[in-house]
Amino acid sequence: MRAVLTVIGKDTVGILAKVSTICAEYNGNVIEVTQSVLQDMFAMIMMVDISDLNVEFTVLSDRMTKLGEELGLSIHTMHEDIFDAMHRI
Amino acid sequence: MINAHDILETIRMIQNECLDIRTITMGISLLDCIDSYIDNACDKVYDKITRCAANLVPVAEKIEKEFGIPIINKRLSVTPIAIVSAACKNQNPVKFAVTMEKAAKAVGVNLIGGYSALVQKGFAAGDIELIESIPEALATTSNVCSSVNVGSTKTGINLDACKIMGRIVKQSAIKTVDNACFGAAKLVVFCNAPDDNPFMAGAFHGVGEPDCIINVGVSGPGVVRAALAKHPDADIAEIADVIKKTSYKITRVGQLVGVTASERLGVPFGIVDLSLAPTPAVGDSVAHILEEIGLEHCGSHGTTAALALLNDAVKKGGVMACSRIGGLSGAFIPVSEDAGMIDAAKCGALSIEKLEAMTAVCSVGLDMIVVPGDITEDTISAIIADEAAIGMVNSKTTAVRIIPAIGMDVGEELDWGGLFGCGPVMKINKNSPSKFINRGGQIPAPLHSLKN
Repeated sequence: MRAVLTVIGKDTVGILAKVSTICAEYNGNVIEVTQSVLQDMFAMIMMVDISDLNVEFTVLSDRMTKLGEELGLSIHTMHEDIFDAMHRI
Repeated sequence: MINAHDILETIRMIQNECLDIRTITMGISLLDCIDSYIDNACDKVYDKITRCAANLVPVAEKIEKEFGIPIINKRLSVTPIAIVSAACKNQNPVKFAVTMEKAAKAVGVNLIGGYSALVQKGFAAGDIELIESIPEALATTSNVCSSVNVGSTKTGINLDACKIMGRIVKQSAIKTVDNACFGAAKLVVFCNAPDDNPFMAGAFHGVGEPDCIINVGVSGPGVVRAALAKHPDADIAEIADVIKKTSYKITRVGQLVGVTASERLGVPFGIVDLSLAPTPAVGDSVAHILEEIGLEHCGSHGTTAALALLNDAVKKGGVMACSRIGGLSGAFIPVSEDAGMIDAAKCGALSIEKLEAMTAVCSVGLDMIVVPGDITEDTISAIIADEAAIGMVNSKTTAVRIIPAIGMDVGEELDWGGLFGCGPVMKINKNSPSKFINRGGQIPAPLHSLKN
């Protein structure tokens, strides 16, 4: 099971660090990261293995949403199934 | 890895274009709750609903968070109560409505449907009593929805039932006049009512359905409109293709959510309803899709053709995206629940006559239309009969949900807020249909109903 984490917003120091710290805390394994900074806009897509999470997936997603609010970023944590369902036949 | 473009497209659809799951509706059979003592029957109904639906809301909320997609409504539909209440002779069936409301509140759902009767070929025991109790039931409860099926392609139209329902619709409005005539907004009169409809106010759990089932209704007019906006100069066949592709994606989410909910609840998965359901929110309007296709206002000449194309393309896109399709499955055109329809009705571009024509090519019928409070009962009956005739002849579901705005006339408006929205009072034809309606009896089924 994998989750897709997207972070979009104004670039500041330590976004990647904060997001990955929370993943590590809940035992989520970051598999892949793509990120780009265009002018001062930060955009990151992170694939996280959530098979061995030590909490419910919704706890991780709530925590990420809260972090997004604190940093003024838009963070979405979604199960990969929704993307597979929509974009693969 | 999943393509970054696809990921961002999904997020944009949900965040900016109002993509959501409109409803997860659990259908529950109450056939095993029948009892000749109404209090016993109500106890069984309460126990069964609260047992079957105990986990519906928590499971749906969890799915919402995991997939990051809003599930706007969690609802229940039950066996038409007229069937359950038939055994309770000379006892007031409103007790069932009160019990349904109590059970719905206990499990935390938004609405519960099934205070219904199926009288397309005549009245069985319990039907008349239930129909006569509808105004009181809708006035004493807030989340109970009612429907009556008065016709079908196989049976023809029960004109006696049309006549009665004209009066019942008006009484439902009068009894709730202090609450913006809201009673009538929870009452639908059907022809060819589907057994597995997840949408309100017309949802009920048909008698051929299993004991308990999960049905899902999707939404997404905003997504379709946004996709069309990227093709301003496309020819009409390309427009149909864009709608099909978008509908496929929307429906896949419905299928995913339905299957997941069904697994977690241990309840069989029924159908996905492919309807494009609008809301009064900005950017969630079916009328705006029609305008994007190229009409100045919804309701102008060309609306019926554009809507036919939209409705057909939505089905073609959705059909491959899910395992089973059912319910109403078509574009909805409720006036008060669609920002574009409200505007079109206010500026005079959209009339009831045009809406009637539109119902011939889409689901579902004359929906959430506010009419003057002095409308006669016979005129309401005739509107119902007209709409039922369109359904009967075209072998499709049609329905009437009109709200007589008691004490109001054209130019004023009723406002319920929330998903029900607000609607301007629309002009009606005041010529009398009384002699026709009062003939009574059964309009015979059309020739093409003889398919065996």
